[in-house]
Amino acid sequence: MSGGWYWAVGGLRRAVALGAFCALAAFILGPLLTLILWAVAGSWLFPSLLPEFSLKWWVYVLGNSDVTKAIKMSFLSAPVATLLSAVLCIPAAYAFARLEFPGRRALLLSFLSANAFPKIGLYISIATLFYRLNLMDTFAGVVLIQLVNTLLFMIWIPTGTFRGINRNLEEAARDVGAGPLRTFFQITLPIALPGIIVALLFAFLAAFDEAQGTLIVGTPNHMTMPVLMYTLVLSYPQPVGAVFSVLLSLPSLVFLLLAQRYLRAGYLAAGYAL
Amino acid sequence: MARLSLHHLDKLFGTHAAVHDLTLDVRDGELMCLLGPSGCGKTTTLRMIGGFTAPDAGDIRINDQSIVSLPPERRPTAMVFQRYNLWPHMTVTNNIAFGLKVRRLPGAEIEEKVRKTLALVGLPGAARKYPHQLSGGEQQRVAVARALVLEPQILLLDEPFSNLDARLRVHMREEVKQLQRKIGITTVFVTHDQEEALTIADRIAVLQGGILQQVDTPSALYAHPRTLFVADFIGTMNLLPARTLAAGRMLEAGSWRLAIPEGRLSDGTEVTLAVRPEDLVVDAEGATVRIRRVVNLGHYLQVLIDSPTTGTLRMFTDKGGAFAEGQDVRLRIARALAFCGPEVVEVGGPMRASVASPAPHP
Repeated sequence: MSGGWYWAVGGLRRAVALGAFCALAAFILGPLLTLILWAVAGSWLFPSLLPEFSLKWWVYVLGNSDVTKAIKMSFLSAPVATLLSAVLCIPAAYAFARLEFPGRRALLLSFLSANAFPKIGLYISIATLFYRLNLMDTFAGVVLIQLVNTLLFMIWIPTGTFRGINRNLEEAARDVGAGPLRTFFQITLPIALPGIIVALLFAFLAAFDEAQGTLIVGTPNHMTMPVLMYTLVLSYPQPVGAVFSVLLSLPSLVFLLLAQRYLRAGYLAAGYAL
Repeated sequence: MARLSLHHLDKLFGTHAAVHDLTLDVRDGELMCLLGPSGCGKTTTLRMIGGFTAPDAGDIRINDQSIVSLPPERRPTAMVFQRYNLWPHMTVTNNIAFGLKVRRLPGAEIEEKVRKTLALVGLPGAARKYPHQLSGGEQQRVAVARALVLEPQILLLDEPFSNLDARLRVHMREEVKQLQRKIGITTVFVTHDQEEALTIADRIAVLQGGILQQVDTPSALYAHPRTLFVADFIGTMNLLPARTLAAGRMLEAGSWRLAIPEGRLSDGTEVTLAVRPEDLVVDAEGATVRIRRVVNLGHYLQVLIDSPTTGTLRMFTDKGGAFAEGQDVRLRIARALAFCGPEVVEVGGPMRASVASPAPHP
């Protein structure tokens, strides 16, 4: 029957596509799945295929005072760094987007410099500065070091977002009687909100994930979760690391779920434009 | 009651003069069109009136009070932009009410004004919708409503319908004209579309290269253009090279001869002759030309003719005459304008092509 070859080839094509999809899903989700399995494993030894379920490592990890202190520290410093970054960077991003001033492009590119080189050198020199300013082993010091990591996101993404907002929208607001500040807060900022939420998300993750700098600046009393991770992975059994990893992923997961209605296609990439 | 006057406005962009020495008076309740090709300075002028661009020199007055130093939010003007007019995060109601809220009007009054203005622009059911749920024409209506709800003294429209399709554009400009007449608001309308300007304007200001060419009513602009640019830009015009003969009393353009009424041009002057397509008329004693193409435009014919000395000419005629492509026809120029530098001389009249020299009338 004519056309039969088409179904045969179509079926093959679909089978290949399905196979590729499964392989990709396994590649991306496999490690996460293992992580979750390890996190709820009492023990997982050969030859058992699945671990024996237990939450004992959760009790252990959450009962450890170092861990709870680090969790508190993380959940305090990262939001503070993110908000501080937003307050500093959003007006700057607006200036980058709307004003033409000498050195605009060079300044905008300079925010890349903190992320363009190995950071350990930068942190060492920051540490020498912090010694002089008595910022070593302080909350402020940790927030500042996390702030460095957020700048790129908090400047570049909102700059791109503001640039994408047509000036007519702002001029129309001025035209009906709103001053420059009211125009910014009631017109520009709400329209830019999706881009700014994406920037906040990235900035929060950058701050929350920061380990190198915090290790140098925050030791010994201001440890965050990623810093503690190194110790835990090296000196405790495997499930402890897994439990901790799950804890580390929770804020991003919650943030993503909360922000998902703003994360429509295009917004994540829209920010990157000079 | 609002009169708008622009006094010697200048605006430079870099070294390029976007607007140069522009003086213009708009009368109370008048609809003034700023018309010109893109880059002629019409939008810059409108933005200076609205307060979005600061002039380098000159003054802008409303009822003899200078507003040139005021920011846009303190000017009694309201602007409708070409596009990106409405705030996408607000409903139609909130878009219109925004300016009223800025003025801290009581809620009930705001509600009443929004309702009335929406009815005025013919969108009573759109109050709760968001801009993206409206068509392009509806969005521009809301933009007009947002401008009018504040009862401004001057309404500014910056090519507000250029993003709409042709049919809707014609419909919208009629609506805006009627609305403008009804409330009698002084309006400045920017467009590059001469047909749009001719149909809705009380007077038209033609700009070119930042310089005001002529301000006149549509019919005066069509019949008596004062510069070659206006002659060519408004309507359809045939431009022919011509020169004066017979001590400046006769004009020769190809095989046509036309009398110069007062002998205002000297002998041997090169001029450009501007002839409207409807001023080319069939006449047994006219000059012979060949018909290249006949286009039937419904209620009239457009005839393209080849003249051996002046190139292709365009002629509009009613469908009474028999015109066939490739045929020869004898035509007379009923009326024309001769442009010689800043000088414009109206020529035409009874002189025939067959008359070799101006014979004295008995």
